[in-house]
Amino acid sequence: MVSITASISEIEELARRCRIEIVKMVHRAQAGHPGGSLSEIDLMAALYSTSLRVRPDDPDWEDRDRFVLSKGHASPGMYALLAEKGFISHDDLHSYRVLGGICQGHVDMKWCPGVDFSAGSLGMGLSFGMGCALAARLEGSERRAFVMLGDGEIQEGSVWEAAMAATHHELGNLKVILDRNRIQNDDFCLEQMRMFDIPAKWKAFGWNVMEIDGHDMPEIVNGIKFLDESNDAPSILIAHTVKGKGVSYMEDNPSFHGAAPNDEQFEIAMNELGAVG
Amino acid sequence: MSRMAATRDGYGQALLELAENDKVVVLEADLGKSTKSLHFRKAHPERTISCGIGEQNMLLVAAGMASSGYIPFASTFAIFTERAFEQMRNGVARPNLAVHVCGSHGGTHTGTDGSSAQSIEDLAIYRTLPNVTVLHPCDDVSTRLLTKQLAKSNSPSYMRTARNKTPVLYDDTDPSTIQIGKGIELRDGADVAIIACGVLVSEALKAADALSEQGIQATIIDMHTIKPLDTQLVDRVAARCGAIVTAEDHSVIGGLGGAVAEHLSASSCTPLERVGVNDRFGESGQADEMLELMELSAPHIVKAAQRAITRK
Repeated sequence: MVSITASISEIEELARRCRIEIVKMVHRAQAGHPGGSLSEIDLMAALYSTSLRVRPDDPDWEDRDRFVLSKGHASPGMYALLAEKGFISHDDLHSYRVLGGICQGHVDMKWCPGVDFSAGSLGMGLSFGMGCALAARLEGSERRAFVMLGDGEIQEGSVWEAAMAATHHELGNLKVILDRNRIQNDDFCLEQMRMFDIPAKWKAFGWNVMEIDGHDMPEIVNGIKFLDESNDAPSILIAHTVKGKGVSYMEDNPSFHGAAPNDEQFEIAMNELGAVG
Repeated sequence: MSRMAATRDGYGQALLELAENDKVVVLEADLGKSTKSLHFRKAHPERTISCGIGEQNMLLVAAGMASSGYIPFASTFAIFTERAFEQMRNGVARPNLAVHVCGSHGGTHTGTDGSSAQSIEDLAIYRTLPNVTVLHPCDDVSTRLLTKQLAKSNSPSYMRTARNKTPVLYDDTDPSTIQIGKGIELRDGADVAIIACGVLVSEALKAADALSEQGIQATIIDMHTIKPLDTQLVDRVAARCGAIVTAEDHSVIGGLGGAVAEHLSASSCTPLERVGVNDRFGESGQADEMLELMELSAPHIVKAAQRAITRK
């Protein structure tokens, strides 16, 4: 196994830098989805720093692990991380939502190196990831498929078609992280659609399930280890997160699911995230 | 009497023949017995993916496999592919992943299950998607050959096959004349051109016989590829005949007739009559009864040809 290891503090620092880029991107574009990008980024920073087998200088390497950002609107998080990891440049981040830019509004495999699926329409990534996992097994490859789902997203019925099919096909190489930030476009999930016992649902579908605090880095790293080591069935790491994490006025605030900060708010965010210059 | 066969059998046979390429995989949504992918399943269970009754998942699993270098053929009834239209749009066509969808049991010819199973809009909706090739062959031979060609394509496709048997036209035809994107001239006549697809190609041939008895010579085209449309051929027969009829077991809106109309509106003033399902749903009935009820059978094509000629 290609093992890229990083210390807890290094991953935390990576996530902090990504948060700054996320807010900058959304502020520049005056559009986009900061809330879900800030909730997912600790998880993605840890995954890319510890377990995911990818090559920034060879993004199409056939035997890479796949990473599917199913909640494809939370693209600033993805782009920030891809820039930090060297798949794209920091200059590329300026192309977010700009005509002709590789950083399309929603992540797109045809536009951006390091993006494995063109997402943006919710509920599609798990099925796609399942196809990647099946292909890997058919080829006899050890590569895995990781899928990042949003919690609002799992209200899409086809997610459960995939959840059922993945255990039927015993896809131990399919690994999901659920960003359980409790907020969706219009409001809190509780108001839009009560989902009751989410871990029980996945367990009932035959998945290995673990719950963590999605902002506690040692817990996250431990959770990713759980995904790495659970290969008898598909596995899901349910990460309890805070939407907008790291920017006080965005935290747990449905208004910042899909809204950009104004100039004043931007300065506050930069201060809180410790941006220099 | 020519041999009778269903196009879905040509699809099933093609999958079997394609199996020598170990990148070819087959995805099913519980209807392999009906779509005829079951033969592949029997021979190659390890490369056959059951998706249960879950078409949306099936299309995206296929997309994931295509992105990993496989050549997926996913089939179910034409009508049920439509449930996964947005998956086809956003997860297959948009990233241009070479997933090949086969919708069997298309059209009202499907018969007694009734309107819930009779897709009359599939050709129209898939034709709107960039990157997607849309096929509707008329016999098992052409279905087999076209399916095999799809495996070499780098872009996605939708192919409609039919449940019921129709006359086989291409048993003695040079296979190289059956190519994606190239309509086939089955009969050469100067008075009217009938451009048909699927189960109505044999009806068009019957119509040509009837027209011939009236002294009207019809060109007959099997337009098995709805998209990309063979516009050169359309232009050629428009110039030669000066009147065109389209014929399809599909809504008059948006299918073969729609495609030909769109093209003619920009290229010539040739009168066009469209034979198709007239913006209504079907009902339970035998295949031949449905063609009558929906006004798709040879006599209706004859009438349409006469109308087109009078408009010259």
